[in-house]
Amino acid sequence: MDILGIYHYWVFAILLMIGFYAVIAKLNLIKKLIGLSLFQAAVFLLYITMGNVEGASAPIFGYGAETFSNPLPQVLILTAIVVGISTMALGLGLVVRIKEEYGSIEEDEIQEMDRR
Amino acid sequence: MNALTPHLPALQVIVPMLMAPFVVLLRARSLPWAAATATSLLAFAIAIQLTMIVIGGTPMTYQMGSWAAPYGIELHVDALTALLLLLVTGASSVALIGGRESLAAIISEDREPLFFAAWLLALAGMAGIVVSGDAFNIFVFMEISSLASYVLVAGGPDRRALPATFKYLIMGTIGATFYLIGVGLIYMMTGTLNLADMELRVHEVADQKPILAAAGFITVGLALKAAIFPLHVWLPNAYTYAPHIVTAFLAACATKVSLYVLLRFDFFVFQQNLIGHEFQFAAYLMPLAILGILVGSAVAMFERNIKRMLAFSSVAQIGYMMLGASLVTATGLTAATLHMFNHALAKGGLFLAIAAVAMVVAGSRLSDIAGQARRMPWTFAALVVAGLSLIGIPGTAGFISKWYLINAALELETGGVALVALILVSSLMAVVYIWRIVEAAYFGEPTSDEPARVPMALVVILWAVAIANIGFGIAPELPLALSATAADILLGHVQ
Amino acid sequence: MTAQNAILIALALPLVGALGIALAGRISANLRETVTLVTAGGLAYTVWQVVPYVMDGGRPGVTLAEVLPGISIAFTVEPLGMLFAALASGLWIINSIYSIGYMRGNNEKNQTRFYVMFAVSLAATMGIAFAGNLFTLFLCYEILTLATYPLVSHKGDAATVRSARVYLGILLATSIGLFLPAIIWTYSVAGTGDFVLGGILAGKLEGPAVGLLLALFVFGIGKAAVMPVHRWLPAAMVAPTPVSALLHAVAVVKAGVFTVTKVIVYIFGVDNLFGAVGSGWLLYAAAFTIIAASVVALRQQNLKRLLAYSTVAQLSYVVMAAAILKPLAEIGAAIHIVAHAFGKITLFFAAGAIYVAAKKTELWQLKGIGYRMPITMTAFTIGAISMIGVPPTAGFVSKWYILAGAFQADNYVAIMTIILSTALNAAYFLPIIYMAWFMRETEPPAKPHGEAPWPAVLALALTALLTLAFFFFNGPVLELERQVVAGMS
Repeated sequence: MDILGIYHYWVFAILLMIGFYAVIAKLNLIKKLIGLSLFQAAVFLLYITMGNVEGASAPIFGYGAETFSNPLPQVLILTAIVVGISTMALGLGLVVRIKEEYGSIEEDEIQEMDRR
Repeated sequence: MNALTPHLPALQVIVPMLMAPFVVLLRARSLPWAAATATSLLAFAIAIQLTMIVIGGTPMTYQMGSWAAPYGIELHVDALTALLLLLVTGASSVALIGGRESLAAIISEDREPLFFAAWLLALAGMAGIVVSGDAFNIFVFMEISSLASYVLVAGGPDRRALPATFKYLIMGTIGATFYLIGVGLIYMMTGTLNLADMELRVHEVADQKPILAAAGFITVGLALKAAIFPLHVWLPNAYTYAPHIVTAFLAACATKVSLYVLLRFDFFVFQQNLIGHEFQFAAYLMPLAILGILVGSAVAMFERNIKRMLAFSSVAQIGYMMLGASLVTATGLTAATLHMFNHALAKGGLFLAIAAVAMVVAGSRLSDIAGQARRMPWTFAALVVAGLSLIGIPGTAGFISKWYLINAALELETGGVALVALILVSSLMAVVYIWRIVEAAYFGEPTSDEPARVPMALVVILWAVAIANIGFGIAPELPLALSATAADILLGHVQ
Repeated sequence: MTAQNAILIALALPLVGALGIALAGRISANLRETVTLVTAGGLAYTVWQVVPYVMDGGRPGVTLAEVLPGISIAFTVEPLGMLFAALASGLWIINSIYSIGYMRGNNEKNQTRFYVMFAVSLAATMGIAFAGNLFTLFLCYEILTLATYPLVSHKGDAATVRSARVYLGILLATSIGLFLPAIIWTYSVAGTGDFVLGGILAGKLEGPAVGLLLALFVFGIGKAAVMPVHRWLPAAMVAPTPVSALLHAVAVVKAGVFTVTKVIVYIFGVDNLFGAVGSGWLLYAAAFTIIAASVVALRQQNLKRLLAYSTVAQLSYVVMAAAILKPLAEIGAAIHIVAHAFGKITLFFAAGAIYVAAKKTELWQLKGIGYRMPITMTAFTIGAISMIGVPPTAGFVSKWYILAGAFQADNYVAIMTIILSTALNAAYFLPIIYMAWFMRETEPPAKPHGEAPWPAVLALALTALLTLAFFFFNGPVLELERQVVAGMS
């Protein structure tokens, strides 16, 4: 198996790392959330691509197709997307509240204010 | 046995979950609280019923919608599950009963329905994690409980709760996503999400590398959620700035639920399928457990804010549970699961006492409670009892689990004595930090001498917990039977 | 009342009394003191009800709860515990009388807390005395440590709290760090922790491990104050004098040496330990403590600290006597618990009386005080000569038996230690007696004073009389303790 043949795993890994990097390295809370979102999206891709069978159709019987892709990962990821959206909404809500209370959404500035 | 009995595992989750939207609709003062408390008590009653059924050792399974496993979602209740269910529902009920006035003081009336709905969702999520036998289902419940917990933690009046919650949210989501990656890898290789089915299928897989990677992702992800050292950094601030009653609830059960999933995955799915997993599990987690015990206790000794002190103590106590589990022996696992129960009693009691104290004094720093024992003798007496249990003084629940842990360490051929020394040293560190609270409360100079009014319900429930600490220290049959059976079940999957 | 009931009542009565004292304290001080005295009297009466059973060779016992398989909270009365319980409960009555005089004479704060915690401490002491296994003993031992902490830190200022921390720190650290592992080790080797005559470790533990386990026990039982874990005892002297008198001359410290004796007799077994390698060090450790503590006492200027170091030395007499591992010496160990209790409580009572009446705490201040406080100083003199071991006092009887035991074992280290320490005891007590009776006051006191309040004087006179009486009437105690050594070689 050549190393580029499974390129979608590379996409998954690179996207995951970009997101993870943003979560850790960015001080802006919104950017952190964007990173988190990328991080989750990468995992969605992992699931969706693993279910696909090359040349197969959607699992609907009676239209002449011989091979079917596995629909279950898509169903799972539908749920995971909902979870991701909820997390994002809650995270953004928190950022709004933080902005109201601290007047900033930079992590270092907030820490500085709390130290005082 | 009645017609509902077979459906109890499902009801355990469904009852609080369906009550949550209903609670949002309640608008009168105190009504949301009353509904949430009643629901929580009902869930506790269900948990007791389930415990009675499975305490003998026969597990109970339930097929959701009658779809047979491994295709349908399976619920699974055994002794370990029952122990955790008792913890989750019990902690929620105790915190709610005692916490009405403490919560009313900080949650504005129009937000109360939402707050208690979030509480019920957290409860439903945790119960769901515990009973579910399906890996993806566990992820969904994990996120339900986590999202609800973020709301609860951020509910306090202290603005520092907000960045703390944000950190909790980021780290919690990363942990859950790591878990999701691990589950995905296993699904890719085996085509199943059912834990029991996975156990059988994993060793059919020819290439074990993805499974090994999955084990790594799942262990790290859950370790984040369980706040195992050094992945504990979200915990101290979240516990410190959350409303006191919320801290009491979460400290008693939140991290233990993740620990439970970790144990189930490692012992049910990986242990017998991955070559050398037993050794890896012990070799990676034992040093972390030891470091967690030492660092957590040491930081707690020097902490001036009582809630932070107790939060760091939690990091150390989670280390005890991991230490017991990483020994991979019957005694060690008994100690680990028993300590989940006993630590919940002790730490829940301590945080409830802090909640009571905080109703009278402004803050939760050591200087704030100076001399307050004279104004609140009952509250502080209960705090001392719970503190003694945390230390592990004989006659309290904490002693029983430490006893088992020490015995488990002594069973080791080499290094056992060093572990015993570690446990004893950290117990002494616990003496130091608990005693700093006692000293401040009993021998400090009070700022005011007028008698303080602590809500009766809170004092009564606090004493119920304190008495439970003593009761389970003198007659520990029930948790001991559950955790011994749990250890057998976990080890039954080790070959 | 049956023996079983008596045991349960003896354990519960001080706790009920503590509750009563707390409630009565809200009404009036007189009522509170009455409750204390009634509780003390009731406790002594109850404990003495058990004596005949034990005298006849009975070992009444009750099991309260089985905590874990093989580990239960159980109480069994045997001769050593009987003696200790009778001693502590009897002296509590006298000490309560003294406390009333002392606490009122000094206008101390928080008196209700004082009496409540005192009663709780006595309950724990009864638990230690009657404990039927190591686990129960450890439980009560820890309760005693925690219950005495508020008494030691009673004054509440920074220096006192610091000392009280030393007290609590050493006692908890040794008990959790050493005593508890020793107990766990015992349970895992022997499968039980019950006190059985002849020992439960016989044939189950051999070689150097015996010496190591013994070390864990001896140093883990910090209350026995074998050097180097003796520092809590001088630190505890910041407590009000009645606490020093009953707890740190009788109940707490005797709980320590009593536990050591009990461990040697009932866990290791005297005969088994005699032949074992690696157990001989205990005698030397105790002998060293006796001499070293006496030398330190010689250099003290504060009367209570001097008494504290004297106590450290006298406690090691008991440990050394037990470590001689011969029947007569074991009897000597038991009797010395009683003899030292009478003598030392008298000395502490006298020191407290001097403090209440004259506010004097240092040795050089005591010149000529015998003329202002004749009864107190007479009692002090009797206590001091009992410490030295001169007849006709209690101290002579116990030293006689310890020496006899040492000769039985041809143990010249023990013999020389006793002779040397007798000389040292004389060297630090006789100058005080000389100063008090034969020197003149260098300057008149700021305020002329006589004796301390009458309850205090009554109490110290009673204990001084007991010190003398024990020399003549010690038959029943000897008879009781002979049962412990029955069948020993």
